[in-house]
Formats: sequence, structure tokens, C-alpha cells
Amino acid sequence: MSARTGFRVVGQSVRRTDALEKVTGRARYLSDLELPGMAHARLLRSPHAHARIVRVDVARARALPGVHAVLAASDLTFCDPAYGPALRDRPLLASEVVRYEGEPVVAVAADDEATAVEALDLVEVDYEELPAVTTLEDALAPGAPLVHTAEPLAGHFSDLSTLRAKPGTNICHQFDYGRGDVEAALAAAHLVLEETYTFPRIQHYSMEPHGAVARWDDEGGLTVWASTQNPFSVRAELAAMFALPASRIRIAVPLLGGGFGGKTYAKLEPIAAALARVARRPVRLLASVEDAFRTVRRCSARVTLRLGFLRDGRLDALACRADFDVGAYADIAPRVIQKGTYTATGPYRVSHVQLHSNAVYTNTTPGGAFRGFGVPQIVWGVESMMDIAAGRLERDPVDLRRQNLLAHGEEFAPGDTPVDGKLEESLGRLAEAIRWSDTVPPGRARGIAAMMKASVAPSVSEAIVRLHADGSANVLVSTVEMGQGARTVMAQIAAEVLALPLARVRIVPPDTSITPYDQTSSSSRSTTMVGRAVQEAAEDVVGQLRKIAAGKLGVAAGRLRVEDGAVVSGRTRLPYPDLLDHHFGMRGGELIGRGVVAPGRTAAPLGGSTPFWEVAMGGAEIALDEETGAISVEAYASVSDVGRCINPQQCAAQDEGAVMQGLGHTLLEEMVYEGGQLLNGDLVGYRVPRAGDLPPRLQTRFVENGDGAGPFGAKGVGEGGLIPVSPAVANALARLTGVRLRELPLTPERVWRALRERRQRDATDRTTGGPGDV
Amino acid sequence: MNVIPIRSSSEIRLTVNGRPVTLEVRPEALLLDVLRDRLQLKGARRSCDMQVCGACTVLVDGAPVSACTYLAVEADGREVLTVEGLADGDRLDPLQEAFIEHGAVQCGFCTAGMLLTAKALLAEEPSPSPARVAEYLRGNLCRCTGYRKILDAILACAAPGGGTR
Repeated sequence: MSARTGFRVVGQSVRRTDALEKVTGRARYLSDLELPGMAHARLLRSPHAHARIVRVDVARARALPGVHAVLAASDLTFCDPAYGPALRDRPLLASEVVRYEGEPVVAVAADDEATAVEALDLVEVDYEELPAVTTLEDALAPGAPLVHTAEPLAGHFSDLSTLRAKPGTNICHQFDYGRGDVEAALAAAHLVLEETYTFPRIQHYSMEPHGAVARWDDEGGLTVWASTQNPFSVRAELAAMFALPASRIRIAVPLLGGGFGGKTYAKLEPIAAALARVARRPVRLLASVEDAFRTVRRCSARVTLRLGFLRDGRLDALACRADFDVGAYADIAPRVIQKGTYTATGPYRVSHVQLHSNAVYTNTTPGGAFRGFGVPQIVWGVESMMDIAAGRLERDPVDLRRQNLLAHGEEFAPGDTPVDGKLEESLGRLAEAIRWSDTVPPGRARGIAAMMKASVAPSVSEAIVRLHADGSANVLVSTVEMGQGARTVMAQIAAEVLALPLARVRIVPPDTSITPYDQTSSSSRSTTMVGRAVQEAAEDVVGQLRKIAAGKLGVAAGRLRVEDGAVVSGRTRLPYPDLLDHHFGMRGGELIGRGVVAPGRTAAPLGGSTPFWEVAMGGAEIALDEETGAISVEAYASVSDVGRCINPQQCAAQDEGAVMQGLGHTLLEEMVYEGGQLLNGDLVGYRVPRAGDLPPRLQTRFVENGDGAGPFGAKGVGEGGLIPVSPAVANALARLTGVRLRELPLTPERVWRALRERRQRDATDRTTGGPGDV
Repeated sequence: MNVIPIRSSSEIRLTVNGRPVTLEVRPEALLLDVLRDRLQLKGARRSCDMQVCGACTVLVDGAPVSACTYLAVEADGREVLTVEGLADGDRLDPLQEAFIEHGAVQCGFCTAGMLLTAKALLAEEPSPSPARVAEYLRGNLCRCTGYRKILDAILACAAPGGGTR
């Protein structure tokens, strides 16, 4: 028992429950699954960004020995081939038109992968190229070619049933929010800044690419083993596609080799299911990393912001106009753009707000969810401008931010969830960690940034805890273990409440036919939402145990407590197996507890108040090689308000990983298109952070006031740490050199060019006596 | 791209995790596929397919190789060590212990490759500096951990006297 927290298992850095299987190679992922008679699938992808499909001839492929199924769009008469969580705008296989380079056109299942590849080589497709739009500028130009011409149907999210497309344009959804009078406030402001920031297309690169194995049973039911973060969304999609009741579909999820949002919502599962239906045998479809680049990515964005400050430093008005490039299909991007834009004011109190964002189709890989869910794109601009404002107002950047922070308990927006953390404490801890007040070593500079992010709402998580006759327990939840340590944390929560050793608690892997509903393993929500459901379900079991013991002992249940696998009353100890024996009159039977967390819809914008606020702040200390423009991050400090760390080591692991992923899009990563072709859709051309990119000093700190909405006062962590990285580094660069970059990533070339421009301008200013500008 | 199948195959003899193995393999067969599909050693993972990510790393005669681009026939007569061969029965290799202890494991997809690369490094240089470890891991990517805890785990297994940065 920890003296500090009063908890036994919670708050301890216990070993991950999956660590042993992972270090010994025994852990099983989707690609390890083999079923008898299983066929192997491959996809033929479009070579064009935008083209009409004139002819598809699969006859020779079908005739190849060893081929079990060849599907083109015209073969999909046995299902509804349209899918998509927000808009059902995506065909299972391209029909009539291809809308991005890499879009699946033909799918093959064969005895082995080599035969499948051979079969694809025998497929003939004739295309007639159409003009493509691959940038926001092109897609939004008057008279731009349209990526979609028909109006698609709404997907399965009720909160997006009010999707606002702009007919006749490439805008598939618009989001608006406002309060106060921004224009009047800006007109009256002491300082008004207006700037535009851009954020690139980023690839998740979870090391395990997407995959699915589908099998139909003799009764017409469908089982799909899938590397997905939300099996219930996949189930809903397949139920609609194949007109099956949910009860006839089973989605089972093995360990995931990373997700980062890229494995939310149906990806390869529909194609695998369709192939298996035709092949009349199980079909495995494994993506390569190159396929993953053509499956989903982070939405790029162009964000124009206007910030109005009062003379005393108060941020009084914020106007944001953001265009998000969502690629060829909407995926979950409509929700990304509204969630990301809605929190543009971040952790600050702003009276006058006007937000507008557009989800814009382009002929590129579809944009979807990615760690941060639209927030990094906005925070990149806002937090850069907070530093510019500090400079113009002659204020310290930490101080200016502190002045504008929302207070604990203050509503984020009228009617929305009050702030559930002490933001000032986070900022103070950050300043301390990055040594803000200490003298900066020569040739270096520091920069900071802050962010606040909403989790998904409305939101539902359910849990079942089964206490067996021997006093061990299974926890049934549909949380997907993708590396974040959710299974360990759920086991800790259950073990704490049940007063059992961790080893006596086992988390059952997600399977929609066994484990209860959970909306999604994303949005940093699992510890809070599923964790609370587990806590409730375990408490339900404890309540039953106490009732049984109370009956046996003839004392009030309220006077009994659980301790070390037994119900205790004074000096009497009743171990769980004995109580169950007593209850059932035999050794057998089990106690089942249930937990449901469903905050429901509220009047808050977007249909529900976030169950908690994810709060993270970051500080970078950088050095610069002026010859090459290369930035090196010498120190980075990340502070997250997590309410309480259920597992401190795994919280740190989340934020270390988040910071490094953030450094990726800050310094290195960008999916580059030219003429509609993705130029760097593999790991040779697309550079992710390596061990050598780790800052020599990387610290993660946590604010723990036990005030989170989750179990034991915990709340979410995992996305936040990534978000402040870009502006923190860019703010440091500006303080070091006076150069302000508004385009990511901050590549050596961009930095070098900006430095050269500044030098040339300085030289000109010196000769003409003109004013210098920073 | 047209694939011209080659139907011939040849016999290779190698040692895998200390046990002699004889296999008929096609000339284009990759070591990764032979390990995973023929020998059911699933610990080596397929990710980038182009020798960048290191998820498929195994040791051949003690040297780390990317099994995704290494022909099985090249392993003829050699000793292959996969992650399944790291532990001695139930006794884990110190690196495996350290990875667990330091929280260097998240999704686990990179873990086998990281462990084997680290094994090769420490065999070569028992006391590497932190910078040397980071440099040696340049061919092993991890997208979850941010590397901090992986480096800590490896350095914890280094013999005392390692240089500082």
C-alpha cells in the first residue's frame, strides 16, 4: 500500500502485463494468424490521381490457377459497396472513377501472395485521366475540378447527421462556432495579429500496417480479425454493407503494432470480407507500409488566425479560418476538423471567438484521425502567435500565457465542461522543467507552448468483471491494446478494487461477440471511460461479495471491507472462494459485475461535453547549425495534467513517444505530392525519427491532483504531449534567430533559406537605413 | 512489374536458435518468410520491406541483418538467432529483463529487432556510450516509445565504464 496515495496497485509502475510475451516474440499480431484453407489477398491500386475507369478486364486473372476470387467494383452486387463513418462516400473498390493515386481498384485472393501478385499482373484497366486537385489552393479555386460530384449519404454517426457540404465545391463539411463580437473586439484591440500557418500531410507509420482476416461461417455469419482501434465501428460498417444484424458479425482484435489513429474506422476489413464471401474461404489481406501511405494520413491544413490583445495583455478576440485537406474520402475528417477547430482558444479565456473551418476534398490519400485529432494543426498557429504577441507586447511568453489561462472549474465555453485541471500548475512545472528563468547557454534558445484538447463526446464504454470460483477474475472490455498499455492499466484498476494481486486478473482481448461495447480506443479516452466502467464493474462484484458475506455473518454489508482476496469483518476473513462456495452451495458459479459509463448528449457545442480535458504543455531548448539550417533539440520538457497516474512509467512512456512523434512532423516528416503522385510513400523517402534524434535531455512530468473524471481521479494522456512540440520548437527558433517560420516541417532547407533572407534583408536595411523587422 | 516465377529450389542447412535445420527453399525465398511461415518463428516482424525499420532484424553469425531483404539461401551454413532464441528456457536474457524493467516495450512490433540489434552491439562493444547506442540503432525504428526507454534498457545492460556522450 502506498502511503502517499492509499492505493495498492494503482499509482504503481507495475510491469506491463504484455511485456513478457513481447520480449520473447510470443506476442501475436494479426499477421501471425493463419487459418486452414486461408487465401491471401492483394490489391491493384490506381496509378492516377484522378481518372475515369474506361475498362476493367479481370478474365485472365480469374483463369489463373490458384486464384479464388477476383473482384472489381462491378462484381460487388452482393453488398452495399459504399462506406465511411462520417459520409458514405467511399466505394469498397473504385467504381467508374479513381480519386487518388493508390486507390484500390481490383482485389484478388489466391493460394499465396505470389499467385495473387501474378493475378494482378493479368488484370487490365484502361483509364482516362481527369484533371486532379492535390492542394488546398487548387481544390478551393473557383471552377476547380470536383473530387466528388454526387452528394454522399451520411455515415453512422448521429452527431454528424448535420453535415454541411457546400454543393458544387470540394467542401464536404463546414464547421462554425462563435461567441461575442469578434470584429468589434478586433477593431478595439490594442494589438491585432493576423497570420497564416500550414501543416503538412503526415503518415502515421504504425510499424504494423493495416490488416484483416475475414471468414464467413456456414450459417452466413461473418468473423473478421482486424487490426483496428474500434471494432464496434467496423462491425457497424460491415453490418450495413452486408445487411447483417450486429449479432451475426464478430470482430476480434489481436495485439496491434501501433495505431495512432490510423486504425480507427473500417479500412481493409470491407474488402477482406467481400473477398472471403466470393472465395468461399478465409481471406487474409495484409497491407504493406507503402499501402498504408495510401490508406490514411493526417489531414494537412492551412490556418489563418486573427488574435486581438488588450493593452494589458488579455487575449480578447480570436478568429480562426481553417481549411483542412481531407483527401479523396472523408473518413472521420469532418469530425477532425470540427473538434480541432472548436478548441482553437486552447487553455485560454477568450471573450470573442469566431471559428470557421472547411473539410476540403483533394485527389490524395484520405485524411483521417491521427494522434491529436485536428488540434496540432490549429495549435501550431495559435501558440506561435502567442509568442509573437509576447514579443510585441514586451511580455515574457510564460507570463503572457499565465495571464490568459482558464481557471480551475471555469467553463471552457458557455455550457461546456469546466476546466478539470490547474493549468497554472502545469505552466509552472513546465517553466521549472525547461529552466525558463535560467540563463540560456550561448547559441541556444528556449520556447514553450501549451494546449488543451477535448476527448470524444458523447461517449460510451461498458465493462464486465467476472469473479470466478477460485477467486481469480476476468475483465471483459473492448479496449484495444495497441502499445499504450491499456490492458495493464485496466488490470491495475480491477485489481485495486477487487483487492486481488495483479496476476489474478486477466483482461480478455476485444471480441465484439464476447466483450461489451466500447466506442473506440482513441481520443486518449480509455483510462477515463473504460477505466471507470471497469472500476464500476469491479465495485459491483465487491458489492455482491459484501452482501453474501453480510448474510453469512449477520452484519451490515456497509461494515465489511475487502482486503487481500477476502471480505473482512474485524478479525474474520472470508476468502472469495469460500464466499462463492457458500453462495452457490458448490464450487462453481461466478459473480458478474457490470459497469457502464455513458455521459450522454448535452447542450454543449458538438452535441456533448468532453468527459475530460487533456492538458499538455511543452518546452524546447534548441541549437542551430547556421551553415545547414539544421535544428537540434537539445532538451525537451513535457508536462501533462493527468489527474493521477495509474501507472507512472507508462504515462511517461506515452509522453516520450508523443514528443518524438511530434518532433517528426516538426522537423522531418511530410508526404510530398507532385502531379498527383505521392513521391515519398515509403520509408526510404519518408523519414521518421530515429534513436539519434532523441533530445539528449527529454523529461516528462505530470500534474496529479486527483481531479480527473476517470477512476481514482485519473484522466487521459497520450495525445497531448505531441501537440505543443512544433510551436515550442519554432518559438525557440524565433528567439534564437529572429526568424519566424509558418510552415512545417522546419527542414534545414526552410530554416537556411529563411536565415539567408533575413541576412539579405538586414544587409539591405543597413545600406538603405530602413527598419529591421523581426 | 511482371514476376517470372522460378520453380527450382535448393536445400539449405543452417542453425536456428542453436538447432540444426534443413530446408528446401526457392532461390528467391526471403529469410523472413522462411522463419515466419516455415519455422513458425513469428517474432521477427514485417514492416517496411526495405531494410529501413529493423522490425525483421535477426542475427546471422552474430551480425544483425534485415530478414526482409536477406535471401534464405544466404543463410546456408550459418547460425541464425531470432528473438525466440534469446532466453535460456525460462531464464530471460538480461536485455529482455531490462526492456521489461525500463518500460521499453509498448506495441512490441519493434521489440524483437531492437533486442537483437542491442545484443549484437553489446557483443561487439560491451560498454558503448549513449550516443553510440543511438547511432547503432539507426536501422531500428520505433514509433511508440520515442527511444528513451529503449536506450535506458540497453545502457543498463552495458558493462560499467561506458563512455559518456
